[in-house]
Amino acid sequence: MSPLAWMAWTWPTALFFIAIALILVSFTLLQQVRPTVPRVGILGIETTRGDRVFISLLGSAFINLGWLAVLGPPLWGALVLCLVYAACVFRWV
Amino acid sequence: MQTRPVNQKAWFLVLPVVVLVAFSAIIPLMTVVNYSVQDTFGNNQFFWVGLEWFDDIIHSERFHDAFLRQILFSALILAIQVPLGIVVALCMPKSRFWTAVVLVLMALPLLIPWNVVGTIWQIFGRVDIGLLGKTLFSLGIDYNYTQDPIDAWVTVVVMDVWHWTSLVALLCYAGLQSIPDAYYQAARIDGASRWAVFRHIQLPKMKRVLLIAVLLRFMDSFMIYTEPFVVTGGGPGNSTTFLSIDLVKMAIGQFDLGKAAAMSIIYFLTILLLSWVFYTVMTSSDASDRKPRG
Repeated sequence: MSPLAWMAWTWPTALFFIAIALILVSFTLLQQVRPTVPRVGILGIETTRGDRVFISLLGSAFINLGWLAVLGPPLWGALVLCLVYAACVFRWV
Repeated sequence: MQTRPVNQKAWFLVLPVVVLVAFSAIIPLMTVVNYSVQDTFGNNQFFWVGLEWFDDIIHSERFHDAFLRQILFSALILAIQVPLGIVVALCMPKSRFWTAVVLVLMALPLLIPWNVVGTIWQIFGRVDIGLLGKTLFSLGIDYNYTQDPIDAWVTVVVMDVWHWTSLVALLCYAGLQSIPDAYYQAARIDGASRWAVFRHIQLPKMKRVLLIAVLLRFMDSFMIYTEPFVVTGGGPGNSTTFLSIDLVKMAIGQFDLGKAAAMSIIYFLTILLLSWVFYTVMTSSDASDRKPRG
């Protein structure tokens, strides 16, 4: 039995965490190459690039939950909506 | 508005903490996510169910009720404890001896373990032997927290106020102590009223400690489990079944691990969102206060 069996891994959840890890690593590297410039966007709060990643990820979680509550599975439509939302966050927040 | 780039290399200094948090929080959280999309009957055997548990929880009336109760409880706790803590801090005695006595007395409830606080209040409120319950009964007040949902709520809220208001008061007192005397002298010269001193000197100077107090009290009240569980067991009926009590019933009582994992994730995301909102609102107003005007 795998030593990680207790964590009950599945491929979809592993891919999900790999994606999150890749986002965090890429933004850390990007920070080293091009340090973030804080700005005040439409929310009226000062945000760095990392803040915008956090807002995008947290908002995406609630978009998925909202989609599930109103329209039910599958969540492909919610994924597209999350990408649009993240783009808007990075452009205007 | 564009400002200069921020050098964030100092974040690498927190790497040891990140490793510690990974073992104590992130890896368990990943396991919870894995559980939330599967079903298990024990023996480490899991069956893929996809989003079924999330769908169940989101449409569950039981979850909606527990969630509303939790929001109401946290709102009540913040609405009572934060102003009360500020008032207590403002009323602290001026003499050094009495200040020390009051500080020790106020710290006492904070030192009592949560299950002991629950047991104290469970006995204190009993109509047959409890000092509070028996006194109210002898005054003709029909109080019984085991049968009346409002009495149960009042008992749980008052118990939490008794247990944690002193934390807010101590933090506010620390904030008040850090205000230089020159501010008060300037206010006296200007003939400022007591209210003006509070509104324009003490409250702004307490903002940072209040942020910590609000965040601590919100997170703690939103996760409350032991005290109401010991006092009311979530009853009468489900009237004091908060999210954490419901979660434990689901995970341990019913051994519904997948569903409980899905509920945990929604619970966690809610705490994360609300804490971020509190933090952002309070720190952004602080940042705008610091900016030069003109």
